[in-house]
Amino acid sequence: MSTVRLRGFGHRHAGRRRWAVRGVDLEIADGERVALLGPSGAGKSTLLAALAGLLPPESGEREGTVEIDGEEPRAVRDRIAMVFQDPQSQLVMERAGDDVAFGLENRGTPGELIRPLVEDALRRVRFPYPYERRTHALSGGEQQRLALAGALVTGPGLLLLDEPTANLDPAGAALVREVLAGIDGTTQIVVEHRIAELTSQLDRVIVLEPGGGIRADGPPARIFAEHGERLAADGVWVPGHPVPAHPPRVPAGEPLLHARSLTHEPVFTADALPEVTVRAAEAMAVVGPNGVGKSTLALMLGGLLVPGGGRVEATGALAGADDAMPPHKWRARALAARIGSVFQNPGHQFVTAKVRDELALGGAEAARVDELLGRLRLDALAEANPHTLSGGEQRRLSVATALAAAPRLLVLDEPTFGQDRRTWSELVVLLAQLRDEGHGVVAVTHDPDFCAALGARELRLGVRRLAAV
Amino acid sequence: MAVAGRMAPIADRNAPLARRNPVAKLGAAAVLALALVVSLDPVGPAVALVVELFAVPFFGIRYGALARRMWPLLISVAGAEVTLLLFAAEREHIVASALALGLRLLAVALPGVLVFATTDPTDLADALVQNARVSPRFAIGTLAAWRLVPLLGDEWRLINAARRARGVEGGRNPVARLRLFASASFTLLVGAIRRGTRLATAMDARGFDSGARRTSARTQRFVRADAALVAGACALAALAVGASVGSGAFRPLFS
Repeated sequence: MSTVRLRGFGHRHAGRRRWAVRGVDLEIADGERVALLGPSGAGKSTLLAALAGLLPPESGEREGTVEIDGEEPRAVRDRIAMVFQDPQSQLVMERAGDDVAFGLENRGTPGELIRPLVEDALRRVRFPYPYERRTHALSGGEQQRLALAGALVTGPGLLLLDEPTANLDPAGAALVREVLAGIDGTTQIVVEHRIAELTSQLDRVIVLEPGGGIRADGPPARIFAEHGERLAADGVWVPGHPVPAHPPRVPAGEPLLHARSLTHEPVFTADALPEVTVRAAEAMAVVGPNGVGKSTLALMLGGLLVPGGGRVEATGALAGADDAMPPHKWRARALAARIGSVFQNPGHQFVTAKVRDELALGGAEAARVDELLGRLRLDALAEANPHTLSGGEQRRLSVATALAAAPRLLVLDEPTFGQDRRTWSELVVLLAQLRDEGHGVVAVTHDPDFCAALGARELRLGVRRLAAV
Repeated sequence: MAVAGRMAPIADRNAPLARRNPVAKLGAAAVLALALVVSLDPVGPAVALVVELFAVPFFGIRYGALARRMWPLLISVAGAEVTLLLFAAEREHIVASALALGLRLLAVALPGVLVFATTDPTDLADALVQNARVSPRFAIGTLAAWRLVPLLGDEWRLINAARRARGVEGGRNPVARLRLFASASFTLLVGAIRRGTRLATAMDARGFDSGARRTSARTQRFVRADAALVAGACALAALAVGASVGSGAFRPLFS
């Protein structure tokens, strides 16, 4: 186990004017389980990186001290392990066991000792497959469990977790929490947006103040009681502060799209997908486990992927004179004016170097651009480069770009994924308004709160048999 | 995805030559390639190609599977032949040269295809580190990056779908298409660099940059049979060069 001590700690990334984190005094005892909270931009990830020894001197300017067991983090790196948000970019090897062995190899553990340690770590995270299992054939939750095994195999005193469940569906997130709850003898520090489900397995919550220093520090129940309201307003997901619901105010309207007998190998085989009708003034949520083909369906409904079989038919209400033609054959300009698609990764959608230009791209008038900038709280960023925006800002901009050409139907892939409570609420309000104005809204989502808040009709896709290794 | 698919093992891993140490296989292919580029005549490559084709079953690969994997190469060889024959001024002279060139391309490429078709990338990286003293930072780093390559195919399709969703398409205008291609490539590059950086950080967080002497969970041995494979390749190289000199066809590359 390890103790952590920070004295007047601050870090400013090279080339930035603002300190990412500053004035932090903190002591964390052996074996404590701590959650680090704070609004976006409060410096949680920077603090975690400093504790992991991942901020070398050339990465920026440093104030104060960080000590793990009385030493600089870089000097005791072998006592620290870290798990990151994205499973795909932290698994190194092709076979599951080899990946767990990676950390042992790096510290020079003799070859013959490695295998038993790996097997033991796989057991500790209750990894259900053999050593040889291919890592790319695992679900997100299983990959994150494997990453945990790779972190635990070296017997770290300090385990740092940077949003370990943010990329996972609810089942995958539960798998990861279950493993975390079973870890003894390791100090745990976790940064996570959605903290409610983790609360029962935490000893302590520390809230960072964006301007510097610590706002609150103590047991979860007390912190949430005393600071919950302000935290929720700042965008932190605090337990006991439910989000307001925005149920439909008008009944569902005319049909916009019909999808009949759609297939797309190998994700959708014949009869995998029910008949789907998308209506105006209605929100439909496409739900189901990872890998079941929700995004593939969204692309087909959005006219962006040619169906493998079956067809997507647009009604006259959506397509006007083009209703005899399936959406994937429409000209791009016509498509954008009828169906707006919002991708899971907003970066995929940006084509220009300025926020304002992104919105004006499809020929939208200046007044419309200004209206959207205001509506999605982007007016102050109109001249910024889209790729330099924060995650929440990029999400808002990607929705705004889809709305620029005033489409009747909006198709969104995981719109609330990884968003803080503030951006989340703004999105829900906006989508509810669009729906009540008569737009059709289709959202692929893992987020039950999102479905509930919109009162969305659920289209549940079944479990696909995963292909064998 | 096409790239990774083309390079994935298609062989029976337990075939006598498929089982050889990856460094031995790579070395054998390199020896043959070197021997075959020094002469411009068709005799040496023909001899080497015949022996290589006989060796294919010992790598656990069926000829059909091999042909399927090599068809892009076969087509490009055929294309080069046709071009040479159509546009050459001195016809008779060029027929021999074109034949020699085609044979040489095939005789050099076939061993390379056999190596990659029978070798697991992880084994190759291990053997490079353990048997050829290649830096682990390079070998394991490349291996990790290689695993991200298949993701690029999916990424590319999504980026282009996202552009269509924005109402952007090249249509029939070649300039517009080129600009669209450039902008999509840039987005792909930005994404790849971001993902690569995240992977590198995750690897360093697990001590990859610690500078400690690295061990390996998997052992690659270089045994006598591996040495024999390299020796066999040397013998074949000598035979090919000998045959071309003996037949009087030898034409050195630099003369």
